[in-house]
Amino acid sequence: MVASGLSDVPSLLLDARDISKSFAGLRALHRVSFDLRAGEVHALVGENGAGKSTLIKIVTGAEHADAGTITVAGAPLTRIDPHTTRALGIAAIYQQPALFPHLTVAENIALSLERGGSWRRIDRKARRRRASELLDRVGASLHPDRLVGTLTMPEQQVVEIAKAIGAEARIVIMDEPTASLSDREVARLFEVIARLRAADAGVIYISHRLEEIATIADRITVLRDGETVATRDARDLTRTDLIRMMVGRELDAVFPKRQVPLGETALSVRDLSNARTGVRRVSLSVRRGEILGLAGLVGSGRTQLAETIFGLTPASAGEIAIEGTPVTIVSPADAIDRGIAYVPEDRRQHGVVLEMSIAANTSLANLTAVSRHGLITREAEHRAARQYVNDLRIKASSVDAEVGSLSGGNQQKVALARWLATKPSVLILDEPTQGVDVGSKAEIHRLMQDLAERGMAIIMISSELPEILGMSDRIAVMHAGTIVATMERADATAANVMAAALGH
Amino acid sequence: MFHRRELSLIIVIAALGLVLAAIAPGYFARENLSDLFLGNMPVLIVAIGTTVVILTGNIDISVGSVFAICGVVAGIAAKGSGSVLVATIAACGVGAALGALNGSLVAFLRMPSIVVTLATMVALRDGLRWGTEGAWVQDLPPGFQWFGLPQSSYPVVACAIVVVLQSVVAWAMRNLAVGRAVYATGSNETAARLAGLDTARVTFGVFIVAGALTGLAALLNSVRFNQIPSNAGLGLEMKVIAAAVVGGAAIRGGEGSLSGTLLGVILLGAIGPALTFLGVSAYWERALQGAIILAAVAVDAVRERRAFHAAVAASGPA
Repeated sequence: MVASGLSDVPSLLLDARDISKSFAGLRALHRVSFDLRAGEVHALVGENGAGKSTLIKIVTGAEHADAGTITVAGAPLTRIDPHTTRALGIAAIYQQPALFPHLTVAENIALSLERGGSWRRIDRKARRRRASELLDRVGASLHPDRLVGTLTMPEQQVVEIAKAIGAEARIVIMDEPTASLSDREVARLFEVIARLRAADAGVIYISHRLEEIATIADRITVLRDGETVATRDARDLTRTDLIRMMVGRELDAVFPKRQVPLGETALSVRDLSNARTGVRRVSLSVRRGEILGLAGLVGSGRTQLAETIFGLTPASAGEIAIEGTPVTIVSPADAIDRGIAYVPEDRRQHGVVLEMSIAANTSLANLTAVSRHGLITREAEHRAARQYVNDLRIKASSVDAEVGSLSGGNQQKVALARWLATKPSVLILDEPTQGVDVGSKAEIHRLMQDLAERGMAIIMISSELPEILGMSDRIAVMHAGTIVATMERADATAANVMAAALGH
Repeated sequence: MFHRRELSLIIVIAALGLVLAAIAPGYFARENLSDLFLGNMPVLIVAIGTTVVILTGNIDISVGSVFAICGVVAGIAAKGSGSVLVATIAACGVGAALGALNGSLVAFLRMPSIVVTLATMVALRDGLRWGTEGAWVQDLPPGFQWFGLPQSSYPVVACAIVVVLQSVVAWAMRNLAVGRAVYATGSNETAARLAGLDTARVTFGVFIVAGALTGLAALLNSVRFNQIPSNAGLGLEMKVIAAAVVGGAAIRGGEGSLSGTLLGVILLGAIGPALTFLGVSAYWERALQGAIILAAVAVDAVRERRAFHAAVAASGPA
């Protein structure tokens, strides 16, 4: 009886309740709830690191929740892994399509749809026919015999969608599907989404483009710092509301910003472009003692700009000047010689050498300082390393400890130590506190203040708004490869930085 | 100083030595040890270069063919000039040049080293066969064989050369900036590049070193005979790579040591004759060597997995 009374409520395809997830003590999600009805588009929004990806990974079975329940079409899920979730009709389409570039469109679709024994005969005609039919339903004019490696990014996305439709997915997750699409292609994608909706499937739609969300979404859930802020009907929310909900949190005393008298301009770049990586006519300057926050969304070109200044991908046009003198930087060695240091974003991939000791990592960018006549002096190297271990409070058994054995925060400090050892005048930090625990984070912030006080010019790239607002003297916001706004500390608010980052 | 791998190899070698001393003390006769050393000397010298190449995350499987060419070149140079010094320079120089060919293709054209050196392995071997028409170099000048030394003192001289070589390269790898650059390049090329190291030059350089050492090995080997075969060094690449791997070199690069490789050469080289002395059929030699390699790789795989899990636990979300 009760059931019939609820029958006019659209049935729930997916109901995730009180999901919590931590990675090595860092909270990624805390009691997040999210549901999806048949025939709706439910948008998931939030800053970088708000927990969207983690939630999606849990729903698709790529990660396991520490706590919480997931119900699919009324049946509670006990065992979830990618196989089970796919059998239940959950399909995810990521920004980077996961296809086999050396196989044709038809083969790619067949690989994900066909079931059967390893020794079955392959029916090429049937594969081609099914591919054409699915591509028709998506409204795409792709030939099924084309190699996926020759397709453009949006075309590959279309193949992914065809796969999802072919699998008769009832729950389709789209993670930033429009990031690499043109307006026309976006319109095409929206038609496909409309068809999915008409077929009573549910779509979870993740995007930074708020205007798209306003167009396509029925409901919106905002995540912030791993918690649900709210779930609302899309028509009840304005863009301003959304931005406020995404960033709305107080700056607490975590950022004890000290006022440092600013000195001469240490680094300035004018009209810097990099044709290869999409950096377009960037101009900025940073003075001694100043912390310049570089804000923007993932993919806005912040890291590419840093890599251009550092000579890793040399600029195709524009000027770089150190203390007013134009310089040519075509390799990291040039940049190091000019007193520029760059602590990259992904420390495990680019920052530290995991197999090497703390001492060897610390001296790597500046071996001459610990060498005499080209000979590395073990004592000098250890002495320098010990000094940084003390200064940066790196927790390790000795400076001979392999960096791979340290915690994330301590690895980051070792990466920092390497660059401080080069005695730079300009320090570029890319996401300096990403994935480090709260304690190490505070120490890294304190250290940045100390360095600024000693007259270093610091450019800090961060996706975390409170960090940007709390640490920076000035904030430059990047969008689509260029700086779209620069504001003084006093004028910057979470809302106007976020708005600039979103391209408004 | 010594890592776990070196220690366990020393223990295994010592145990083998004890068994031999108890059952077949004849193994340690001067004659046998001298033969053993001369037989494995080329492997050891080439393995030094190969280890350095492997440390950068590359591999050189053309060393056997380079070895054959350098031997022939040394012989021809000795015949032409009558001077051992000219022969040495020619062998090392040609080795270095062929190393530079491999190195430039890998470092500057960014071709995978296994493919490049597979191609040069085949091409150089067949090129040599075509050039010499299979003929061996004969009628070597009198001062060439044994460097003109008495046959009994040659092993001492050769041993001294190997000791110096091994120590110098091992020392350089530990104490010179360039050694650090080799490890950093193999361990994490991006991080090395970001640290301002010219990783392409490092890669180029290690291939030249490996080539020159192969040339030296070919020379020291060819003076043992009164003629130089044009088909020397077949399968040499497998021996040296096996020794490096048993000695703890990670095939992905960044990890390994020259002392480990030395111990690997000793173990793999000593085991075959030891079987004969212990009365075991020599047919087991290859099988046992294979088992040693597998054991070493298995230990690495287990250790790496543990280290990986520990690192994931320590570092949090990616």
